Amino acid sequence: MSKANLLERRSVVSALLEGRKDAIAVGGLGASTYDIAAAGDHDRNFYLWGAMGGAVMIGLGVALAQPELPVVVITGDGEMLMGMGSLATVGLQQPKNLTIIVLDNEVYGETGGQASHTAANTDLVGVAKACGMKDARSLATMAEIKTFAASMQDISAGPRFASIKIDSANLERVLASRDGSFIVNRIRGALGFQPI
Amino acid sequence: MHARNEAPTEAAPSWPDDIFEILQRFDVRQVPYVPDAGHSQLIERVLSERAMRAVPLTTEEEGVALLAGAWAGGQRGVLLMQSSGVGNCVNMFSLTQIFRFPFLTLVTMRGEWGEFNPWQVPMGSTTSGVFELSGIKVLRASHGGEVRDVVDAAAGQAYNACTPTALLLSQRLIGAKVFVK
Repeated sequence: MSKANLLERRSVVSALLEGRKDAIAVGGLGASTYDIAAAGDHDRNFYLWGAMGGAVMIGLGVALAQPELPVVVITGDGEMLMGMGSLATVGLQQPKNLTIIVLDNEVYGETGGQASHTAANTDLVGVAKACGMKDARSLATMAEIKTFAASMQDISAGPRFASIKIDSANLERVLASRDGSFIVNRIRGALGFQPI
Repeated sequence: MHARNEAPTEAAPSWPDDIFEILQRFDVRQVPYVPDAGHSQLIERVLSERAMRAVPLTTEEEGVALLAGAWAGGQRGVLLMQSSGVGNCVNMFSLTQIFRFPFLTLVTMRGEWGEFNPWQVPMGSTTSGVFELSGIKVLRASHGGEVRDVVDAAAGQAYNACTPTALLLSQRLIGAKVFVK
């Protein structure tokens, strides 16, 4: 399964979130959510265990509501492909504080490793550019990832999009909370909102 | 175009303004929508209100996810769509049960009350059932005079009791779309 020279997903996500400060992190269902949990549980982590295709839109909703906070969506290629129209919606809104990162292993890892569209012709960076993402790029080295992670704190220069080709090895799951009420109310509490 | 739009001399109905005032009163801030002629007057009001963020969507399910994110970030929203869009949302409706967030959608109905286009009928006929099976309460307004009360009730239970609610605006209220005269 593993290919040479591809980045290891857990190291990538740890580097992305290491200096997160007050950022809110949204994880797409599947391995991205486990990666975010592996980087360390946090009051501002928005874990998804379903709603495939919804990660970017959840990130947009938070980003519009909290324009002074960095919001980062970290999802997989399969999840992004299911919600590709949401890149057009983000391109229209131009949220300056939103960053979208796709961990692209070119397979549906949770379901047996079937090839995704990005293994062949689909270029998600090209899609993001064409949808009006001001900053859309591929990241290929840990040095680039560290520089990009620091730039996510700049809430005046988004929306940003990055695709990172990663090794497709299935890692041991690190289980985040799967209680939606807990997850969303914990974020709201961290932002100073009371329960109803 | 709906019948009312083809008769510009006819006065605009007041019920879309009633809806807008209620959304303002409940401090609704994010308004995702897929356009529908029946919502056009309300969409115009939203676009001209600085306190509200209109978010045009490529497909209706985006709006369900957007509103979940908005709530996590401390804002209320409402999803505007046509009945044919309800089917596009089904899996994303899971979020209303999982997060128990204040979900409100206003749905203009097609496929009923003098419909010309048979392609609208299957989804229009199952709209209410789809919501109910998804755990979302359904209210309906069929006459201009009742819109204010029904929207007020729908917004109240959605925002005060976090009860996911869909309000169907009947084709009888909006006027059947006219294809040929």
